[in-house]
Amino acid sequence: MQPLTRVEGRAIPLGLKNVDTDIIIPAKWLKTISREGLGAGAFEALRAEPGNVIDDPDYAGATLLIAGDNFGCGSSREHAAWALGDMGIRVVIAPSFSDIFSGNAVKNGILPVVLPQDAVDRLLEVAREGVAITVDLESQTVTTPYQDRFTFTIDPFRRECLLGGLDEVGLTMARGEAIGGFEASRTAAQPWLMRGTEAA
Amino acid sequence: MASRPRTLYEKIWDAHVVETRDDGTALIYIDRHLVHEVTSPQAFEALKVAGRPVRRPELTLAVPDHNLPTTARLDAKGAPVPIADPESAAQLAALEVNAPAYGIRYIPATAKEQGIVHVVGPEQGFSLPGTTIVCGDSHTACHGGLGALAFGIGTSEVEHVLATQTLLLQQSKPMEVRVEGDLGPGISAKDLILHIIGTIGAAGGSGYVIEYRGRVFEAMTLEERLTVCNMSIEAGARAGLIAPDDVTFAYLKGRPMAPKGAEWDAAVAYWRTLHSDQGAVFAKSVTINAADVEPSVTWGTSPEDVVAIGGRVPSPDDFADESKRVAAQKSLDYMGLVPGTPMTEVPIENVFIGSCTNSRIEDLRAAAAVLKGRHKAANVRWAIVVPGSGLVKEQAEEEGLDKVFIDAGFEWREPGCSACLGMNPDKVPPGERCASTSNRNFVGRQGPGARTHLVSPAMAAAAAVTGRLADVRELV
Ligand code: SF4
Repeated sequence: MQPLTRVEGRAIPLGLKNVDTDIIIPAKWLKTISREGLGAGAFEALRAEPGNVIDDPDYAGATLLIAGDNFGCGSSREHAAWALGDMGIRVVIAPSFSDIFSGNAVKNGILPVVLPQDAVDRLLEVAREGVAITVDLESQTVTTPYQDRFTFTIDPFRRECLLGGLDEVGLTMARGEAIGGFEASRTAAQPWLMRGTEAA
Repeated sequence: MASRPRTLYEKIWDAHVVETRDDGTALIYIDRHLVHEVTSPQAFEALKVAGRPVRRPELTLAVPDHNLPTTARLDAKGAPVPIADPESAAQLAALEVNAPAYGIRYIPATAKEQGIVHVVGPEQGFSLPGTTIVCGDSHTACHGGLGALAFGIGTSEVEHVLATQTLLLQQSKPMEVRVEGDLGPGISAKDLILHIIGTIGAAGGSGYVIEYRGRVFEAMTLEERLTVCNMSIEAGARAGLIAPDDVTFAYLKGRPMAPKGAEWDAAVAYWRTLHSDQGAVFAKSVTINAADVEPSVTWGTSPEDVVAIGGRVPSPDDFADESKRVAAQKSLDYMGLVPGTPMTEVPIENVFIGSCTNSRIEDLRAAAAVLKGRHKAANVRWAIVVPGSGLVKEQAEEEGLDKVFIDAGFEWREPGCSACLGMNPDKVPPGERCASTSNRNFVGRQGPGARTHLVSPAMAAAAAVTGRLADVRELV
């Protein structure tokens, strides 16, 4: 995974609330067995509207996206994160995110930044001017050329994974002994829990 | 730790902590993992690339459901019918290869045990109280109806579970949705959960695991509890739970993968400890009055856009908050609805009875009871019933329900997700309305431009018969 320390770039001022993962990537794009190329289907319905914000040349090459409350709600499809990544988005800023989406985002090197609504409103204003916004994960700040400076919090483990571009599966596999110990005590105390499909 | 009163959620969580990191993230053991064809190919691919094995293949069950066509799966000679869409066919083929390659039990598309993951898990006794259950589908919360901590995960997490049988998680906060009193006659579990979501909002449970409490839930059948917990995610919650009791145990006893003999007794003894203790503290608590629940319908494009069937299409001006007004206007435009219109005057062209929310035998019985001796209205162009599994289908056919549906002008299909998400050929045409027993009324969910009204199975049947949204209580 590509490490993420600092992202400076234009931001798409989407602004909408409750942007669900069906909006980010509709179901017909889920019929792939690969993670690549989903950017083409990102926000498909929105982009069908003339003058939509996603294809606005003012925000061409954007690496940030700014949205309203509850971004990424709905279906658990990780394709939403893959699609955003394929579009070149590295940071999404919103007042809140769905739990599943923010987890998926981090696992794909995309930083979800939670800021209060008034900060998001201000960043939307700045983004609409087409000027660059800077997100620094080390200092946990979002800054603009107009001296705006907002700090955000992030789960320390997620921060570490993003900064280091770490592979969570590999990290957990290294804990195999602890997992084995847990399994052994369960097999002794509650063997039926460990039978799964073999019970049939 | 034992002395502090704990919620049901905290008890299940505590029993699954392998270890806790300094930053508070916990490594949580996963007891049961359900895998389907759409969110798993990339996970298996990643395992293969990294040369990683599946840690505990017997704790994963694979079954295709999301994009399978619901038309006949075997031809006249008994040979499997190939899937016409090449991408869907490739996803199915990938699962057919991946599951056995990693030693995972696979239920083929043509088996009678096949069905929607969340119908199959409880039905096979694979899903059990007090377990942690995950699946790459957000309605995994469904299994919470058994008293399991069940939640949807993304594909990277599918890979994580396959390789390690664990997930790295932050603990959610416990939330209580308490329902006081009893539901009125003709009010279903679906009406109740829609009402709850309408009350607390699509983000009302965000960051929480909801426990549904009150005698309404105790009086429910297990299938009704699955319907309630299924939609927890539509309130933004990570999961939903109902404490297991004798209803749960009676449902599970004798299921193929449920514990047997002395292990069954030990399991039940353990399951009886799974309830929130007296004095356990919930971080958030909401009380709902059961008497306020009417047959519910949605008018907009978020599951929180709920109104009683006797109500009217709201106006954007009804909402205090500016962003809600904007959202309401967008919803109304998409749905083609005029504020002030009585909901019972909204015409319906399509009816879908199915999905993991409402495709079990009791759901089909409820719909058939309304349809018996009646026919769908002339303006209802397309009406389908998609049973949740082959076993549900078989049971329904034994009871003659298939005839009732067919006589009423419905199509009787093979099991799968179908028009719940419009990935297979079952789609609602652009601009047309669908009375649907599924769980999401999002823009384009049932097909591009499709307009979804979420309802209970009995209400879907009522819509089919009258050709409009209708109060089923006037038909029985
Ligand atoms: S029926 Fe719908 S919600 Fe349920 S598992 Fe299938 S796609 Fe997901």
